[in-house]
Amino acid sequence: MVSCRRFFVAVISLSCLLASFTPSAQALPAFARKYGLRCSACHEAWPMLNYFGQKFKDNGYQLMNDRDSPIWQNPSYWPMTLRITPYFHRESTDKLPDVVDAPGTTNPSFVRGLTYSGFDHSGLDILTGGTLEKNISFLLVPSADETSAFHMESANVRFDNLFHSSWFNFKLGKFELDNLVSEKRILTLSANGGAYQLYHFIPAGDANIFGQIGDNQLGIEWMGHSVNDRTRISAAIMSTTDGSPDVPYGKNAYSGFFAASQAFDVGKLGTDRIGAYAMVGQAPTVFLTSGGVPIPSTGTGNKSFSREGFVGQFYFNKLNFQVVTQHGTDSAWFGAGFGNPIDNPGFPNNGPGVTLPAGTRNPSWNGAFIETHWVENPQLVFIQRSEWVHMSQQSIPGTPSNLGNTDNYVFGFRYMPLMNNRAGLAWHNEYAWIRQRGTALDGSDTTSSSVMSGLDFDF
Amino acid sequence: MRTEALHRNAVILAALVAASVTACAQVTEDQQKQWLGTPAASSHIGHLSGNAKAAAGDYRRYCVVCHGELGDGNGESAQWLDPKPRDFTLAVFKCRSTPTGTLPTDQDLYETIARGLDRSNMPPWNTFTTQQRADLVAWIKHYSPRWQTEKPGTPIEIPPEPEVTPGRVKAGRDVFARVQCWKCHGAEGRGNGPSASTLQDDLGRPILPYNFAEGGRFKCGSTDADLYRIFMTGLDGTPMPSFADNIKPEEAWDLVMYLRSLQPFPSKEKAIAKSLGLTPVSTTSTGP
Repeated sequence: MVSCRRFFVAVISLSCLLASFTPSAQALPAFARKYGLRCSACHEAWPMLNYFGQKFKDNGYQLMNDRDSPIWQNPSYWPMTLRITPYFHRESTDKLPDVVDAPGTTNPSFVRGLTYSGFDHSGLDILTGGTLEKNISFLLVPSADETSAFHMESANVRFDNLFHSSWFNFKLGKFELDNLVSEKRILTLSANGGAYQLYHFIPAGDANIFGQIGDNQLGIEWMGHSVNDRTRISAAIMSTTDGSPDVPYGKNAYSGFFAASQAFDVGKLGTDRIGAYAMVGQAPTVFLTSGGVPIPSTGTGNKSFSREGFVGQFYFNKLNFQVVTQHGTDSAWFGAGFGNPIDNPGFPNNGPGVTLPAGTRNPSWNGAFIETHWVENPQLVFIQRSEWVHMSQQSIPGTPSNLGNTDNYVFGFRYMPLMNNRAGLAWHNEYAWIRQRGTALDGSDTTSSSVMSGLDFDF
Repeated sequence: MRTEALHRNAVILAALVAASVTACAQVTEDQQKQWLGTPAASSHIGHLSGNAKAAAGDYRRYCVVCHGELGDGNGESAQWLDPKPRDFTLAVFKCRSTPTGTLPTDQDLYETIARGLDRSNMPPWNTFTTQQRADLVAWIKHYSPRWQTEKPGTPIEIPPEPEVTPGRVKAGRDVFARVQCWKCHGAEGRGNGPSASTLQDDLGRPILPYNFAEGGRFKCGSTDADLYRIFMTGLDGTPMPSFADNIKPEEAWDLVMYLRSLQPFPSKEKAIAKSLGLTPVSTTSTGP
């Protein structure tokens, strides 16, 4: 049972990691073209926002200088940006199930490493955004993965500054959660470094895919901020679908995301910010079936989950830190594998008469990451991130206490030789290493690494 | 008398700008580097002291794309912008608390950075810390030789704002007619006066007068005191002159009240103007 779970964990984790490399970060030369500003005006290092960029976003993609309405634009202006990253990469994983020599194996002796390399390209982001009218903004991001399969990454309309107050902004649609450190603006891109593990962590054997705060979500958001953006607060209600359309899971499952932060002037060092966030929600565990196959949109039997933590952004001239912590908890039902038989038909369904295995508990974990940037100048940034997610309580008694613990280290630099008000080009170089405790078939750790060098460009 | 004073102001300002242009035409990058190390390239705003060198990174990140490496307003985006970015080498600034033709105070520049300039591409940079803004003020001052040889003007005095009364609103209308605000701003303040289409700034570029009926923020602030200051100091570099020699302080407040009545927002001034049945000023004579 444990070996089987490890097998699934390994496969799913690696699939998630590889699938996560769709750099749908949002950096829009469309805005730069509209306002005549360089990328660096809004981005500490493209695509990570600086304070001015955060305020611009919070104002509904408006500078608030009476040039925000589309009527001010030349009729030929088209608020669209394309972004893609061709690159060379090398991926290495030390212990995978040896599916070639022993198809379908769960035998611990059949494990081997896999290393491959080659030229590649990322997915494509088509970023369109701006204002429909003064104080009505939008963002529409059709996005393709590297196989050109499209999905809607973002699609929302926002009513900004209602009642002439920066405290009343409402957004409806699919949107980036109001994370102070947003994965949509991550500076790292590789297969093993292109996502925050903390934002997607799922304990070994757990089936709750709905608490991933790195993913865009479908819902409605209220956001308010002070005029100079020093104080920010937001609350969102989302369908518990992890951003998937058609409400494919529960019939009445909702989640909430809440964030608040306060910035402080620290003299010559700049502005520092601290904040807190929480995601609480419910997701279904009981699905109607047809011929044994779960039927989409029929989920009931909601169980709860939560993610909460603190965030800090600290600036020391050219050096800045982003610190994020998280405590996560899932219902014992999720921990026992219930919760998502729609995407994983092999997972259990909480039907009539089903009971939890004896002693099953709510899985919980703690995690943190520190991301450091040395911004030599707006065109050259060195990046380092150290990330740790460790279980504090396993769901199934007897499970090794460190099973699924994840450590991730990323190093890299981005050099942007081209950065004007029309386009951006970054030479991106990165090394990432990740270790997951006890997830190999033989119960040992799985480690993977990525090396990449590519040209990240948009226009 | 009024016309003579206006002409005198205009001639003085034009001479100053011409002198600045002539002087600044010879400004070199080496000179600017030299000025960077001088006491003039510093700022003092309240308890804050700004250091020009500390602002180099912020200027490069945020400002250079419009104002240019040499501060001459010829950044890479300048060709697309209207109005054009400020040319710091001339050291001629619209928003000042000081008399026309003089340099602004550090406080003036500091506030302009945070406030931005409406109806231009200059956004409010109020995300900067106070220290960053103070440093940027110092940085701006290293671009022009004027800061090496001149001191900022003395801020004009603004008397306390009197109470709004029907008499004052009506008197303000008389001032509006007498000093011919309507020639540019129009009889109803809609920015469509007979001269509006011919206006140019000091560098010969077309420029539009403010439209009070639109209700946007003023270029240099939004309070009554800001409005008072605008027409008593003038907007240097534009056709908007200083009326300090033509309007007495109490008349200036009257004019503020009348101008408020032209804006589209509900206000005591607007209600008074309506109750008095004030009509737009005559544009066929110089009298009310």
